[in-house]
Amino acid sequence: MSVIRTFTLTLGTGLLLGAAQLTAAPTATMLADTCAGCHGTDGVSMGPATPNLAGISEIYFIDSMVAFKNGDRYGTVMQRIAKGYTDEEIKLMASVFAKQPVPKTNQETDPSKVALGEKLHKVNCHKCHDEDGALPDDDAGIIASQWLPYLNYSMEDYKSGRSVMPKKMKRKVDNLTDAEISALMHFYASRL
Amino acid sequence: MNNFTRRDFIRLMGSAAVVSAIGFPAIAAAGGKKQVVVVGGGAGGATAAKYIRRADPSIEVTLIEPNEHYYTCFFSNEVIGGDRSLDTLKFGYDGLSRHGIKVVHDTVTGIDAAGRKVITSSGHSFSYDRCIVAPGISFRDDIEGYDMAAAEKMPHAWKAGAQTKLLRSQLEAMPDGGVVLIAAPPNPFRCPPGPYERACQMAYYLKNHKPKSKILILDKKDKFSKQGLFTQAWERHYKGMIEWVKAADTNGGVTRVDALAGTVSTEFDTHKPAVANIIPAQKAGEIAHTAGLTDESGWCPIDGKTFESTIHKGIHVIGDAAIQAPLPKSGYAANSEAKVAAAAVVDLVNGREPGEPSWVNTCYSIVAPEDGISVAMVYKLVNGKIAKVEGAGGLTPADSSPADRKREVEYAHSWFNNVTHDIFG
Repeated sequence: MSVIRTFTLTLGTGLLLGAAQLTAAPTATMLADTCAGCHGTDGVSMGPATPNLAGISEIYFIDSMVAFKNGDRYGTVMQRIAKGYTDEEIKLMASVFAKQPVPKTNQETDPSKVALGEKLHKVNCHKCHDEDGALPDDDAGIIASQWLPYLNYSMEDYKSGRSVMPKKMKRKVDNLTDAEISALMHFYASRL
Repeated sequence: MNNFTRRDFIRLMGSAAVVSAIGFPAIAAAGGKKQVVVVGGGAGGATAAKYIRRADPSIEVTLIEPNEHYYTCFFSNEVIGGDRSLDTLKFGYDGLSRHGIKVVHDTVTGIDAAGRKVITSSGHSFSYDRCIVAPGISFRDDIEGYDMAAAEKMPHAWKAGAQTKLLRSQLEAMPDGGVVLIAAPPNPFRCPPGPYERACQMAYYLKNHKPKSKILILDKKDKFSKQGLFTQAWERHYKGMIEWVKAADTNGGVTRVDALAGTVSTEFDTHKPAVANIIPAQKAGEIAHTAGLTDESGWCPIDGKTFESTIHKGIHVIGDAAIQAPLPKSGYAANSEAKVAAAAVVDLVNGREPGEPSWVNTCYSIVAPEDGISVAMVYKLVNGKIAKVEGAGGLTPADSSPADRKREVEYAHSWFNNVTHDIFG
């Protein structure tokens, strides 16, 4: 959690500085609706790869956008897009998606991988990714029923180091094989 | 397609009094509810209708669109390349009906801005408090000999559907070793990266089925969207197959076709390609001209904050027909503009000052089955004008890895699924 907390603290300062420069901001809905083209109406993605935003906590949304902006998180287009929004605008968007229920995706997963992933989850991940990755309040994203290609890409980027993992996560991930990580992703994709 | 007769008809039909006098009742506002009429059911119009109802279900929204189905122009190049069926681009209007939108299949023949009425070819008139016009594009007569009959021999395929199918079937029928000629249009036009993505998709098909064939692009421009990335893709995947000729080298690109003889000419030379894909210069869709919403440029001037026409108050023009630069004429931009216009219309009919707008655009191009590139930008209003947010946006890096390019294809397909659901679902 330490990295996440640091992001949030940094952002808190940014908001104070930014407030003085703000003129009129678009409404939260106006801002969040622009995301729908790629992430689906109300942040419910039809897939096959772009992640759902619906249901993720405000803190996780803000941390992610700030990480895209400052290069701590890789994205094909998200680094370019995140730079288009002020911290205040990001906070407004976050408020919209946090109000949505966590969506159930319709995708195929491998039952044997799901079974192995469940065991690995209970040993390694459940403390931060509570309720099989479906709890917004853990501020660790919604990974339950998230689109599988997105989950795999995220882990590839964490492992290669071009996205920064929280320290606790890194300690766990460094001890997992690629097959085990794949099993975990199938497990999360199958939840809800 | 006789404009002169149509205009006369509209002059005749131009007032509600005349319409009523000959027996067609005007469809009036019921029970004092606010009425919005949306003209055109493409990416812009359908999104606007839906987002008005989402924001304020008390507003009665009527969408008037001649066709029962819409074929998206975006991703139609994949149909031409052969990896996608035309049916996957086909969308109906049941989704909009479920949002309580009245969908009317009819052709709008006139808009009476002073009387706030939309008139259709069946003789009905629809009263409105606010009107949204999203007619897409129509073609200019910039190429001698290119008319609707010629388009059946030399498809533009710049409005998806039968034209897309025709171009694909011509590629399938052409001999190995033939030349496909693409006449690329001048700015501004629908889908700036489109002709160059199309060249990729055609080359992808030809490389696998007719590898001795070539593609010749005769452009009316000296540079084009994502040029560096496209040039790189042509070199990487289709080496020696695609030749691009800038406008300066032919003194302005294609000027004349003879559809019966199968010839395509510039000022300097004449070609006889196996397949000719002629994409003419463009202007706003016809109804925008008929309704007097266009200026001398052939496009519709709008107020950046609300997309309300600066010519006729109470009418908002969105999508390809509007003068929206620096936003591009793209499907995503039309979807984004529609939401801005919808929010403004909801505010205005409720007597509120419209809020600050925000727009985004991401355009993907599939240059090979596992190689996608993109351009993205966020836009905001600065001093009353649409402006790019400084420091944001940009292109796929030229040195991005094959794995990242493959991800862009996955995200491009996700974009198609999500944006079409956002528009029609």
